Amino acid sequence: MKLAKVTLTWAALAAAICVPIAAAAASPLLAWRGPVYILAGFAGIVAMGLVLVQPLLIGGYLPGLSAYRGRRAHHWIGGALVVAVVVHVAGLWITSPPDMIDALLFASPTPFSPWGVIAMWAIVAVAIIAALRRRLGLRARTWRIVHMPLAIVIVAGSVVHAILIEGTMETMSKAALCALVLAAAIKVMADLRARRKRGTLRGESIARQ
Amino acid sequence: MTTFVLNRRNLLAAGGSVLATGVSGLLLPARAEGLAPTASMPGGANNYRKGAATVDRIGKGGFWMSGTVRRAGDGTPLAGQRIQIWAHTTEGQEHEPQSHGATLTDKNGAFRLEMPQIIPIFGQPHGHLAYDSGEFKTVFLRPVMRSAKDTSLEAHFVLQPA
Repeated sequence: MKLAKVTLTWAALAAAICVPIAAAAASPLLAWRGPVYILAGFAGIVAMGLVLVQPLLIGGYLPGLSAYRGRRAHHWIGGALVVAVVVHVAGLWITSPPDMIDALLFASPTPFSPWGVIAMWAIVAVAIIAALRRRLGLRARTWRIVHMPLAIVIVAGSVVHAILIEGTMETMSKAALCALVLAAAIKVMADLRARRKRGTLRGESIARQ
Repeated sequence: MTTFVLNRRNLLAAGGSVLATGVSGLLLPARAEGLAPTASMPGGANNYRKGAATVDRIGKGGFWMSGTVRRAGDGTPLAGQRIQIWAHTTEGQEHEPQSHGATLTDKNGAFRLEMPQIIPIFGQPHGHLAYDSGEFKTVFLRPVMRSAKDTSLEAHFVLQPA
């Protein structure tokens, strides 16, 4: 029974990420794109999948991973997310430099570009602060105050960015992946908040005794 | 006996007509019939190649880009104006030379050029057009298709003297 739940959870996660990728791989638009443009597009889809994995890891929803290993994986996936975004932006830059420069300067005519660029900078900011966290001596509370708003910006920015794009992603699988990303982020934030509250209450009652 | 019904529709209609006649007449008397020049669109000049050749058709065709060119102010149709057109199509990417071509407006100021099917690029199915011949101020347009399945697209120029 437990094994079945473990298998099902991981299979569902694999499907949530792989189905949109497979659907995009079947897009007729690919026939008219060069390899660099195709790579850049898929790096974006993979990045979206990683944004789904992140809250699941840190919330401890993935069975078979201890809290410690979940946190370690969250750090590594965060690094992979930076790499995916760099490939996405660099590939699009090579494909059409003026369009990418417009996007980065917030001068693009496409409504989805600023959302993606804002999410990108939020990802970069989290990665830099996470890498320097120990050196800066950031306490857990300070880190949370920095990371949570940036995580909200990353999730909201990425979802709006993806939904507004007319590209290789198939509409239904894209909408489903975006809905899961939103749901996972909202759930982990609510759960961690509840856990913290319980922890504080317990701490206070112990202190009073 | 007539009753004047003051509902939102009447109010909007009355207010609108007062605004249209009153405000424009007061503020813009000289330009009451003025046609404003078209401004270049953001990203319109992206992947522009100066001096695209005037062609009967870009590539194998199948998609129609059309529009009009008029003079700012009086709206006179401008004949013989060269409009350059390019897009990411089934036959090439935006920056590639085979994706570019130009055509001239007819005596009614209209142009129409057949080109390959436009494909969504950078998240939007769109084309690029340029007026860049010197007599009037340069204008770059970047119209977006309502649907990627459309087989035609329009763009209209109102030019002002350079």
